[in-house]
Amino acid sequence: MNELSFQRLFLDQQRTRRVFLGRASQGLGLFALSSLLRPQSLQAAGLGGTPKLAGSVIPRHFQPRAKRVIWLSMAGGPSHLETFDPKPKLAEMHGKPMPDSFTKGKQIAQLQGQKLVCYGPQHPFKRFGKAGVELCELFKHIGSVSDEICWVRSMTTEAINHDPAHMFMNTGSQIAGRPSMGSWTVYGLGSEAENLPGFVVLTSLGRGGQNQPIAARQWAAGLLPSRFQGVHLRGKGDPVMYLSEPPGVTRQAQQQVVQTVNKLNAQHDAVVDDPEISTRIAQYEMAFQMQSSVPELMNAASEPATIQELYGCKPGDGSFASNCLLARRLAERGVRFIQLYHKDWDHHDSVKQGVAYKAEEVDRACMALITDLKQRDMLKDTVIVWAGEFGRTPMSQGGSGRDHHNAGFTLWMCGGGIRPGIIYGGTDELGYAAVDRPVDVHDIHATVLRQLGIEHTRLSLKFQGLDVRLTGIAGKVIDSII
Amino acid sequence: MRPLAFPFFSLSFFGVFLGTGLLFGESSKAPLTFNRDIRPILSDACFSCHGPDAQKVKGGLRLDQREAALQPAKSGKTALVPNHPESSEIMRRLLTSDPDEQMPPPESHKVLTADQKSLLQRWIAEGAVYQGHWAYTPPVRPKVPAGVGAVDALILQPLKARGLRPSPEADRRILARRLYWDLIGVPPSPEMVSRFESDREPGAYERLVDRLMASPQYGERMAIGWLDLVRFADTIGYHSDVPRNIWPYRDYVIRAFNANFPFDRFTVEQLAGDLLPHPTQDQLVASGFNRLLLTTEEGGAQEKDYESRYLTDRVRAVGTVWLGQTLGCAQCHDHKFDPIRARDFYSMGAFFADVKEGIIAAREPGMLVPDEIQGKALKQLTDEAGRAGSAFEAPHPEFDAAFEKWQRENLSALESEALWIARVPESVRALNGTQWTVREDRSILASGPKPDTETVVLVLAGLAEGIKGLRLEVLPDKSLPSKGPGRSGNGNFVLTEVLARVVKEGKEVRRLPFATAWANHEQSTLVEQNPYRLWSAASVIDGDVKGVFAGWAILPNAGQAAELRLGFRDGVALEVGESLEIELQQNHGHGAHTLGCFRLSTSTDSRGLKPMLWPLLPKEIAEKLQVPAAKRTPAQQTALRDKFKLEAPEFAALRKQKADAEKAVADFEKSLPRTLITQRTDKPRTVRILPRGNWMIETGEVIEPALPGYLKTAGRTEGGRRLNRLDLAQWVVSPENPLTARVVVNRFWKQFFGIGLSKVLDDFGAQGEPPRNPELLDWLAVEFRESGWDVKHLVRTLVLSQAYRQVSTASREEVARDPENRDLGRQNRWRIDAELVRDTALSFSGLLVTQIGGPSARPYQPDGYWENLNFPQRAYQASAGSDQYRRGVYTWWQRSFMHPSMLAFDAATREECAAERNRSNIPQQALVLLNDPSYVEAARMFALRILTEGGGDDRSRLIWAWRRALARDPSREELATLGQLLQTQQTSFAKDPAAATRYAGFGGAAIPAGIDAARLAAWTDIARTVLNLHETITRS
Repeated sequence: MNELSFQRLFLDQQRTRRVFLGRASQGLGLFALSSLLRPQSLQAAGLGGTPKLAGSVIPRHFQPRAKRVIWLSMAGGPSHLETFDPKPKLAEMHGKPMPDSFTKGKQIAQLQGQKLVCYGPQHPFKRFGKAGVELCELFKHIGSVSDEICWVRSMTTEAINHDPAHMFMNTGSQIAGRPSMGSWTVYGLGSEAENLPGFVVLTSLGRGGQNQPIAARQWAAGLLPSRFQGVHLRGKGDPVMYLSEPPGVTRQAQQQVVQTVNKLNAQHDAVVDDPEISTRIAQYEMAFQMQSSVPELMNAASEPATIQELYGCKPGDGSFASNCLLARRLAERGVRFIQLYHKDWDHHDSVKQGVAYKAEEVDRACMALITDLKQRDMLKDTVIVWAGEFGRTPMSQGGSGRDHHNAGFTLWMCGGGIRPGIIYGGTDELGYAAVDRPVDVHDIHATVLRQLGIEHTRLSLKFQGLDVRLTGIAGKVIDSII
Repeated sequence: MRPLAFPFFSLSFFGVFLGTGLLFGESSKAPLTFNRDIRPILSDACFSCHGPDAQKVKGGLRLDQREAALQPAKSGKTALVPNHPESSEIMRRLLTSDPDEQMPPPESHKVLTADQKSLLQRWIAEGAVYQGHWAYTPPVRPKVPAGVGAVDALILQPLKARGLRPSPEADRRILARRLYWDLIGVPPSPEMVSRFESDREPGAYERLVDRLMASPQYGERMAIGWLDLVRFADTIGYHSDVPRNIWPYRDYVIRAFNANFPFDRFTVEQLAGDLLPHPTQDQLVASGFNRLLLTTEEGGAQEKDYESRYLTDRVRAVGTVWLGQTLGCAQCHDHKFDPIRARDFYSMGAFFADVKEGIIAAREPGMLVPDEIQGKALKQLTDEAGRAGSAFEAPHPEFDAAFEKWQRENLSALESEALWIARVPESVRALNGTQWTVREDRSILASGPKPDTETVVLVLAGLAEGIKGLRLEVLPDKSLPSKGPGRSGNGNFVLTEVLARVVKEGKEVRRLPFATAWANHEQSTLVEQNPYRLWSAASVIDGDVKGVFAGWAILPNAGQAAELRLGFRDGVALEVGESLEIELQQNHGHGAHTLGCFRLSTSTDSRGLKPMLWPLLPKEIAEKLQVPAAKRTPAQQTALRDKFKLEAPEFAALRKQKADAEKAVADFEKSLPRTLITQRTDKPRTVRILPRGNWMIETGEVIEPALPGYLKTAGRTEGGRRLNRLDLAQWVVSPENPLTARVVVNRFWKQFFGIGLSKVLDDFGAQGEPPRNPELLDWLAVEFRESGWDVKHLVRTLVLSQAYRQVSTASREEVARDPENRDLGRQNRWRIDAELVRDTALSFSGLLVTQIGGPSARPYQPDGYWENLNFPQRAYQASAGSDQYRRGVYTWWQRSFMHPSMLAFDAATREECAAERNRSNIPQQALVLLNDPSYVEAARMFALRILTEGGGDDRSRLIWAWRRALARDPSREELATLGQLLQTQQTSFAKDPAAATRYAGFGGAAIPAGIDAARLAAWTDIARTVLNLHETITRS
């Protein structure tokens, strides 16, 4: 779809003409230009900043419970059996053949056709919090806030290999090119961030060496216009690609160039009267503002020592913990959808050691994020989701690992009106399949959108004659967890 | 919008529409057309439950077929009663406010506007006449004046009918920029524009068009859209996203456009080039089309899963590229809106079941693609290798005698070898405690204590007369360190001395001295302390005069058998009661360099003591040799002769000649490009209907290739023969297929006018958009097909039309009357494609390379951009030299991490077939044009040109720069704005020479000496400003 037809659709949908990034009205374009030419005066007037991005769902379909989402993607497929789904029966069955009744006729990634042997949980579990939820004791920090968390122990997904499974988790489809959930969210709700994108992605590596590749398509806007795409803030070099001025060019000299470009564009607009020009002017302003707003955002070293301690990170170290701290800073700045990838969960072997490494890397940081948001009174309107693209088999792979598994795994959510301290659904006694109230990926999407005030069946886009949705043709809001 | 025509409607709705009523009442008198006015409404609101998907039909009602819709439904009521909207159930359901009755049901979130309801009402009142779907009806050429004028005539008719007028022709400057970008992808230089402006002879415009279409850059420009469509990229796409060899396909596309291959040939070569009789290299390269899809090398991936993904990917490709049909929707069920059944989907997929490929992790190098010169060189080398091969293979009777001798010697060696007899010792005694086990194969294995040195004494009894020698085989065994044969950690041993004596009743009677020693392998490393500088066989019979740093050892052949043969000086003749005692001394020490496993044999034949031939012939050859010559089969004889040729010194020269020639071919081939092509397998994969698209269910019906049932015309079933891709390709471009020509001309229309005649380029089904001007679309489709699918003719027809030449500016009133310019009363303007943004900047800088084709190039890219790629991790290596400045179409296309500058300007990731790109306007574009090293360097080189070519003073330089970029003079105001910047930057760079030097020295392109850095830096900012202008990247 080209920009023009998109616009029309957009206007049709909202029925009122609104200003949004990428298509500022004439008045706003000039406003933006003037703010660039006289930044101080605007700051003094308490204005300034680039226009916010408006959404297409106006008014919201429901009273929203949450304003934003922080999605913690545990890439590689965490074992639910060494994290959040206790299976004493599996421990008893350790080393014994997996009963046929569980696996007959099922597709299982690399174990297909092999002898299937039960592999007991590799770390002990204990009870946490008032609700007494049983979790692996490696995750004691998350355990300490478990009363804030809703545990969904009956997840299922359609895909069983990393790349398609990520696509399915992120876009609701296994076909490349569909918009990611962050893009859908910003498309629906717009963004309140000034001088920052509405959808931001951060990535971190684990020390175990199983760092799965993650394609940029996982945060792409797909069929939606590019302004809804996720922007990957990088740990090394420019956090946003091409953010820095060329070598030898000062911020001031750069400002001169940007101002001149905008002035010349405005002069040309007076001749040709092309609304794209005012948009272009606004984008140059935004780009220039990002040259200061992004470094300011990334400078987590300015956080008090107590906060750095809480997360257990050295700002700038590129760790998952640092990214959690950045996620909170992004949330404060109005970013709508923040997605963190932490890699290295693909434990085909040495799952015991592997999960222990992961616990060191993510346990404290997750707790810190929840605690920090709560103490700022932001947890109530932030949905946090912790999820892998799938789980892992209760059967052993190669004697020390577990294979990919899509029939049952655990995901947790908290904040943003999600019911705290409850367990939803469950797997069978060996942790193979979700048997109690199974949940599909689309159900999670539908539920998160619901908290944001969106009816998932009404957030759609025409493509090849279909109303394409994040939730495909499925998705049920899980009423009992909201 | 015609709210007044609809009496039922509540007033509150009117408010919304009254203000927009420009078209008000305009078509209320015009007769309704089912395809234009009614089908889109029914399709969008009703077909999902009352349409072609037979499994999902609700209430027994189908509205996509008239006969069905006129029958009473399950409820007993009749949806459509022609001429009687008041008795038609459909109207009652549309108008009721009872949510239980209302259609479409509230939960569908489909709401019909008052206008749409009134249209339906009128349509029923007029008789509820259906039409076949427009796109499935063969296009018919409407009657209009022939030639170029046809396009304009067909545009003018409806334009005038709507009370609109065409716009005037744009000025020559605008036309030149438009044609250059649209036809060759780079903007014209000011000189080219003036040349065109000053050519006042008739036909100047046509001449420019012809000149541009004859340029090799035309093919590069035209390829862009096709490469998106077929999802051409340099990497496999899924998971590790590693490279594949495929760029020659891209060059084929460029060549095809330049040589103006007819589109039918272009189609057939890509879908089925390999099935053509005696396909040419080019046709095989074209068949790489079938290999462009995403593939995986993920270790844990499921074969069946990906087999199904590949099938569906290819079906979607045919649907998007040629048919404009959303075939992919029928993967899981019959299509909801179009008459495409799931069966059609899988039978289309079955055409590709013969594509030979590994499903997972099957990296193929592809076919060699030499160019003409390389091809000749390769042929020469191959011929040479062929000649050398023949020379070697020839009979060579001159060596018959040598062959006879070789046979005799080998036979003799084999006979001698057969006389070795492995011995079971009467006793085995170890002086230092090693324990020994004699096994069934007579080998003797050490275990137990592992002393540093050892001496083993073996007693052999009952020996025949005339023992000539002794053989010691040392053998690997998995119980030994490094599998032995020694007990040292590295599998080695040192046998320092071997003694033999005759004993009687435990007492030595006499010594038996050895005269000869031979081993098949002697260690030659770690010999610094070895007096012989070799761990030789000879040192085991030297009486140990040289000490413990001499002896027989076998590194690096640990884990392998070796043998030592010792010959007695005198024959051994034992009296009654005498035995032979062998003592194996292993005195080296240094970590148990002792024997781990061995076997002892004796022989009465002296020929085997120092074998003439080693190694002996392998068993399968030996067996043939042992057949008497007269009884050998020809095959046996040939095998022997071949073996002889491989080792005979007589053949050394011929062998070398052959090997050298073969190596020359292999080395040359390594330097040649390769590309994936399609090869067919005789055993096509079985294709089944997958219920709900689920690849795990393997019970669906087996499906053979077949053309889509709803489009197929009679006579196409080929009498029992399985249809193949060639049949498919030929049908795709046959006159019987109503879709391809329309789909293709519509896409070209979009390329030159900014929006398709049918706006939805990839869906000509019910959910697409019926063409705004169906007569024009059909005229073009028929013209295209009847011209022999002549692409250049089509392009020429479009750009020569008056419609194409109109200005793109319009008054606000005109814009308001036709906001999307669907009636073509003007040209459209748009920001140029990502590749062209790059080409444009490089062309100003003078850096742009004009070479056509070749491996993909890698422009500068931020470090670490690929950090999320893995298996393997890889670093990006920017191209060096002129490869850095190649056109955008040659950019390395990494599917999962496409070049960030291309991505910012909406280049397609090419993961799916895409008929259209977004055209966004986002901050990342500003960051790219301002800060991407490619653009900064281009600005710097542009600045250098401004300084050297721009004239004598700053004013003329500024004007020169402006003209170069925009082909026009700056206004007074613009000039003043630029001048101001120049002054500011000159002042600030003069104050900071170090910064100026850093800025001016940026990038790989060379700067001539004697240029003042501060001056160049300031002018670089002028150049950068010009490159960043909206007008610079806007085709208008």
